[in-house]
Amino acid sequence: MDDLTIVLLTLATLSGLGIILALILYFVAQKFKVVEDPRIDEVDELLPGANCGGCGYPGCRAFAEACVTTDNLDAFYCPVGGNELMKNVADALGAEVSEKEPQVAVVKCQGSPEHRKDIREYDGPQNCAIAHSLFGGTTDCANGCLGLGDCVEVCTFDAIHMNPDTKLPDVIEDACTACGACIDACPRDIIELRNVGKKSRRIYVSCVNTDKGAPAKKACDVACIGCGKCVKICPFDAITLENNLAYIDYEKCKLCRKCVPECPTNAIVELNFPPRKPKAEKPAGEKTPKTEAKAKKTVAAEKTEETKPNTNQDK
Amino acid sequence: MNKLNVSLSPHVKDKDSVPKIMYGVIIALIPALLVSVYFFGLDALRVQAIAIISCILFEWLIQKFLIKGQNTIPDGSAVLTGMLLAFNVPANLPWWIMVIGALVAIGVGKMSFGGLGKNPFNPALVGRVFILISFPVQMTNWPKISVLNFTGIDAETGATPLAIMKEGLANGEKVSDIMSSMPTSLVDMMTGQMGGSLGEISAIALIVGGIYMLWKKIIPVHIPLSIFASIALFAGVMNLIDPTAYAGPAFHLLTGGVMLGAIFMATDMVTSPMSKKGMWIYGVGIGVITVLIRVWGAYPEGISFAILIMNGFVPLINNSIKPKLFGKVKEK
Amino acid sequence: MLKTFPKGGVHPAENKMAATAEIQSLPLPKQVVIPLAQHIGAPAQAVVKRGDVVKTGTLIAKASGFVSANIHSSVSGKVKKIDNVLDSSGYKKPSIIIDVDGDEWEENIDCDPALINDLSKTPEEIKQKIMEAGIVGLGGATFPTHVKLSIPEGKSIDHIIINAVECEPYLTADHRVMLEKAHEIMLGTSLIMKATGVDKAIIGIENNKPDAIELLSKIAKEYKGIQIDTLKVQYPQGGEKQLIKAVLDREVPSGGLPLDVGCVVQNVGTAIAVYEAVQKNKPLIERVVTVTGKSVNKPINLMVRIGTSANELIEAAGGLPDDTGKVVNGGPMMGKAISDTNVPVTKGTSGILIFNTQESKRAKIYNCIRCARCTFVCSQGLEPFNLKNIAEINDWEKLEKEHVMDCIECGSCSYTCPAGVPILDYIRLGKSTVSQIIRSRKK
Repeated sequence: MDDLTIVLLTLATLSGLGIILALILYFVAQKFKVVEDPRIDEVDELLPGANCGGCGYPGCRAFAEACVTTDNLDAFYCPVGGNELMKNVADALGAEVSEKEPQVAVVKCQGSPEHRKDIREYDGPQNCAIAHSLFGGTTDCANGCLGLGDCVEVCTFDAIHMNPDTKLPDVIEDACTACGACIDACPRDIIELRNVGKKSRRIYVSCVNTDKGAPAKKACDVACIGCGKCVKICPFDAITLENNLAYIDYEKCKLCRKCVPECPTNAIVELNFPPRKPKAEKPAGEKTPKTEAKAKKTVAAEKTEETKPNTNQDK
Repeated sequence: MNKLNVSLSPHVKDKDSVPKIMYGVIIALIPALLVSVYFFGLDALRVQAIAIISCILFEWLIQKFLIKGQNTIPDGSAVLTGMLLAFNVPANLPWWIMVIGALVAIGVGKMSFGGLGKNPFNPALVGRVFILISFPVQMTNWPKISVLNFTGIDAETGATPLAIMKEGLANGEKVSDIMSSMPTSLVDMMTGQMGGSLGEISAIALIVGGIYMLWKKIIPVHIPLSIFASIALFAGVMNLIDPTAYAGPAFHLLTGGVMLGAIFMATDMVTSPMSKKGMWIYGVGIGVITVLIRVWGAYPEGISFAILIMNGFVPLINNSIKPKLFGKVKEK
Repeated sequence: MLKTFPKGGVHPAENKMAATAEIQSLPLPKQVVIPLAQHIGAPAQAVVKRGDVVKTGTLIAKASGFVSANIHSSVSGKVKKIDNVLDSSGYKKPSIIIDVDGDEWEENIDCDPALINDLSKTPEEIKQKIMEAGIVGLGGATFPTHVKLSIPEGKSIDHIIINAVECEPYLTADHRVMLEKAHEIMLGTSLIMKATGVDKAIIGIENNKPDAIELLSKIAKEYKGIQIDTLKVQYPQGGEKQLIKAVLDREVPSGGLPLDVGCVVQNVGTAIAVYEAVQKNKPLIERVVTVTGKSVNKPINLMVRIGTSANELIEAAGGLPDDTGKVVNGGPMMGKAISDTNVPVTKGTSGILIFNTQESKRAKIYNCIRCARCTFVCSQGLEPFNLKNIAEINDWEKLEKEHVMDCIECGSCSYTCPAGVPILDYIRLGKSTVSQIIRSRKK
């Protein structure tokens, strides 16, 4: 057989084989095709595909299916895509959906080594769940952050990192999708999903210590001692006191900042507000001068110098 | 007062550690090392040194720049891999082949899987088989033994007993004729007066090392025993069937890398099964495959391949053979 | 051949330096802190309040539910307050704090040490007195004894096993009570036998206590149905399931109880507590605690009132050494490292161990080298390395299938691992998560 014949035969055989197999595949695919509502694919296309579970469903595909089969889209929310995405989904399905407040993870502990002294050592795996079952922690506050990073491990959006100086987790607001993974991972319920707030401004009690005042203060000098002064001063009844711990309801809080300077231990944190004017008791939230154009929306650290209340106003 | 250390129980620990185990094996290899220097001279030390230093260097480099983790050299496993790799090659191996072998052993055989404890195949054997297949001529150019040759002058080369046997049988000669014309007797094979790689020549030196490791409980007796038993049985049966065509069990046990492989290579904890029953299956598999390759395969020596093949089965063996649970499972 | 359990186990250095120290009574402290949760089951509920005057033996907290236990005052004095106090769990728990004043005992308690060997009470009466006295397992598990001795319908038992093994290194409390209260042990055992309708009892003792074996073997002859078995020194010989296998050659089914193989196991200290409760009306208010360690000046066995601060015990043993690194409540294999030396002694405190800084350091951690030693030493037939890997990736479903709940947390795996892997830490995490999942499934 000469070379040309060999080449032609080879080409013919392989092409023929390819065509036959392709035909088999086509018919099999048609026979065993799963019929699905085509809208599920449509919605799935719109979704971010992160499969983070923040919506409460096991993966984006399951969420798409649920959206297509429901009557009311209000019960569904993808924290990664946010309100914009839900509007797109609603449009694709010819339905309506109400807007929801965007939320962000907030770490409610300020117990860095500067404020909370270590009085014992821990020797074991770097795992908060394990350490939590062993003891209260290396400090005298048995409710506070253990600093071993279960929350960091579990975040799929790279939005939370352990700060090596404060030994506490910092949340990057822009990256956080409020999927809730870190909330579930923390064995002490220190992280909470709270509203992002207008202009990223939020006020919260950054403490979860339930000890009475004296032992709480002894363990950490920025702990909430449960004195109740914030409860009294809040004009909107947004603050409640339970188990020696104050809590600010983010739905009721109007960001007036009256509670922040009241707190004797600086346990209440105000985030992304302009510095107070000296000697003024003006509640913030009003329009601020140009110097404040740099309202920090980019990196919002949990505890930054400029958000500590300005104590110039007390004499 | 010091700060109290708080940790979970248990609060005591026995004295064993990974470095102790690694160094224990290295100590067990010393008799074989001494024998190799006695019979192959300075060349033996040269090859050892190149292998060990290359393995340490590559592991340190990979750990520091690619994996960006802690330095793992102190646990002794790189040194051990280097020694075992060197024991598997001829004493006159060119240095650059040795370096390539070390690179493949450490880089591909161990670090690419994640480091110590994560590799499915014995790293030294991975390196050895790679250079055997890539450089078959240099890797089978066995030097004749020249006792206490410290002059550094290259010794003559000659074939190993296994190679002689294989060639002879292929030519149609009878086993007994081949055995009588061989330059080494069975006794010579025990003490080390035969051609071969650095570590495989002296059965006695290797057995002494093996006994040390058994005493220190570093290796289980099941693996070497099952390998020896299965080789002896298989070869013995074939020898009974046709003594002219098949060599006997003593020959198979003492030649080639069976001693070295069974005592040092197959018993590597990371790549061997994790149950006693599993170890029997593993050992029998190695023995059978070794004899198969030696008798019917293309290579005169089969134990390296046999061990690597059975390494591949180890995850299956581990999954299928579980320890007996205490108490029958309660009927619901 | 000494009896033992067939598979696994380790042999840590025994270090029983306090074995020859006779039990001494620790002088009364000035204050006691009595936690309300000293036992398995629901915490007891306080029945006293601030300012109440109590005597030694007064009921201060009632069992809340069947699986719970009464708690009695171990001192006489005045209740200072009921507050959250740090205990050996590492957390502050509700406790009754009593300022001590004298040592006046409740009238009905018989303080005379003379033996009362009249065993005429009925089984119901015996169990009732055990429940009233708040007796819990003194081996460390603190399971309420009256619950253990209540045999449910449909199950029957034929043996009582008394656990006098004390397989943990360092601890010698059980050894000393065997030498000093042998008859009380026999009488307590006889009472337990009567309460459960059983006529055979076996006392298991490890071979490293020859004097106790000799003494008890001699005395047992005076009592009906009690036999002494000598066991090989192997940890965890004193584990309930291992002990039953060793003396009776019966295996408790996976997920089951000793009841399922026809026996009940009680610690030897519990037997004495039963005797004192039934015959002398004495509730559980004190126990023997070993204070020891390589750097301790005076290893000692102390009879301690419940609620005494560990500081007092350490003082009695010669004070806390300067180079102390870790203090453990219990034995070195299963005990709990405490966060502070000012924690109260509870019903489950068998020992206070002091480790110096060198001993306290955990071993350096390497990668798992798949040597399978953990599997070879596991006396429950589990694969600890596998359980650790599955727990690390949080696959709780798979973990349950791999029988993680069978783990008795003896610590042999972590003890023997040459790579220093903290295997038991992860298995514990797995067990607590899986048990939560199982509980929520039942709801």
